[in-house]
Amino acid sequence: LPLMAQAKSTFSTDEEQTPYKDVTTYNNFYEFGTDKSDPAEYAGSLQTSPWSVTVDGECENPGKLTLEDLLKPHSTEERIYRLRCVEGWSMVIPWMGFPLADLLKRFNPTSKAKYVRFETLFDPKQMPGQQRSVLDWPYAEGLRMDEAMHPLTFMATGLYGKNLPNQNGAPLRLVVPWKYGFKSIKSIVKISFLEQQPATSWGRSAPGEYGFYSNVNPEVDHPRWSQKRERRIGEFRKRETLMFNGYDQVASLYSGLDLRKNF
Amino acid sequence: MQVREPYFTKVFKPAVFVLALMPLVWLAWGAWQEELGANPIETITRSLGEWTLRFLLLTLLISPLRRATGWVQGVRLRRMLGLFAFFYGTLHLFSYLWLDQFYDWGEIWKDILKRPFITVGMLAFLLMTPLALTSFKKAMRKLGRNWQRLHTLIYPLTMLGALHFWWLAESKSRLAMPLLYSVLLAILLGERVFRWLQKKGAWRLELPGMLRRS
Repeated sequence: LPLMAQAKSTFSTDEEQTPYKDVTTYNNFYEFGTDKSDPAEYAGSLQTSPWSVTVDGECENPGKLTLEDLLKPHSTEERIYRLRCVEGWSMVIPWMGFPLADLLKRFNPTSKAKYVRFETLFDPKQMPGQQRSVLDWPYAEGLRMDEAMHPLTFMATGLYGKNLPNQNGAPLRLVVPWKYGFKSIKSIVKISFLEQQPATSWGRSAPGEYGFYSNVNPEVDHPRWSQKRERRIGEFRKRETLMFNGYDQVASLYSGLDLRKNF
Repeated sequence: MQVREPYFTKVFKPAVFVLALMPLVWLAWGAWQEELGANPIETITRSLGEWTLRFLLLTLLISPLRRATGWVQGVRLRRMLGLFAFFYGTLHLFSYLWLDQFYDWGEIWKDILKRPFITVGMLAFLLMTPLALTSFKKAMRKLGRNWQRLHTLIYPLTMLGALHFWWLAESKSRLAMPLLYSVLLAILLGERVFRWLQKKGAWRLELPGMLRRS
């Protein structure tokens, strides 16, 4: 066993991990319904094999890759991250995966690539929630290039040492721990390098409530509720929400940016 | 379909009382057995809120039920049902004040101002309180006709309760249950409006012919 054990990532937290059962039964994944219990109940219909990911836009080697080819060059490591949902609850999750930067570099983004856009699978047969126009399907999210290349930004393929359950965004999902959870897009089928800032699903649905950045910020309330505190799943009392969800090392990405305006 | 005495008083009414306590028993048991999901506090608060609304609707059902079926004994359950609505409403409010906000009055006040669904929820509870406080025979006698007038507050407060639930839904896809309760409430209130219009219609029939279109 000692041979198998990996050095713990310096980015990982020592905080108590949210039980596997809670991580996999309390999810927001509107593609399978809007109740927290819906994804665990209905995500079985998602076929994650075969799976392919299209990479296009401002890069030198665009293409369509099978999941196997996409994952092959990367060794997986564990990252224990805090996850803060915009709704006011949080978890601590041991993800398995690799840094997003390592993946993006393989496609040699050009100097024009200022943003990365991600897209979730669109298939209402496999994702029954898409039969209703809850959001502008397919789900889309985006990051600024420097955010995407930050060493904290992670591509997850598993959690708790197991393959990612469908309800958690199998087979491939983003994890951006200093942003509200909805930025960490699930079940990715497309990655695009763009010159312009892409529109996001939630941003389109309620532009006054869900900004492009959506950094965790206790000082900037959601228009309809306070973001000062959060309920860590499994805890009785609420805790204070930390700036950038406690990941202060990203602060320099936003120096000179008015985070109240760019919420 | 009347329940014979003494069975109504001795068996039927106590049975309804015990049944009305079941949601609380179920929640307490669930909390004890840790079967309320990953976020038990949210489950408790939401469940208590829904039961408040259900008991308000049951209270409003009694009169139309009597008119439709002639079951007059229901009226003798109405106060109990109304008080259960208040009971669950109070627990719902305290689950918010305690388990959600831990009595941080500054945050609570901000919440009331900032979140419309909390504003109307608070207002609904505020309107429910005098009804519970005057639900006793002594108060009924003392208030006389005003008691009836005061207790028509159940109409607006139930509407506020339904709106509270409606506005809680963050996205339009979560509106199935709020919609169901609103439709039920609309039926219960609609019956009263219909009856009132019928009464007016009957009065209009007695108008002299010249005022009527022939």
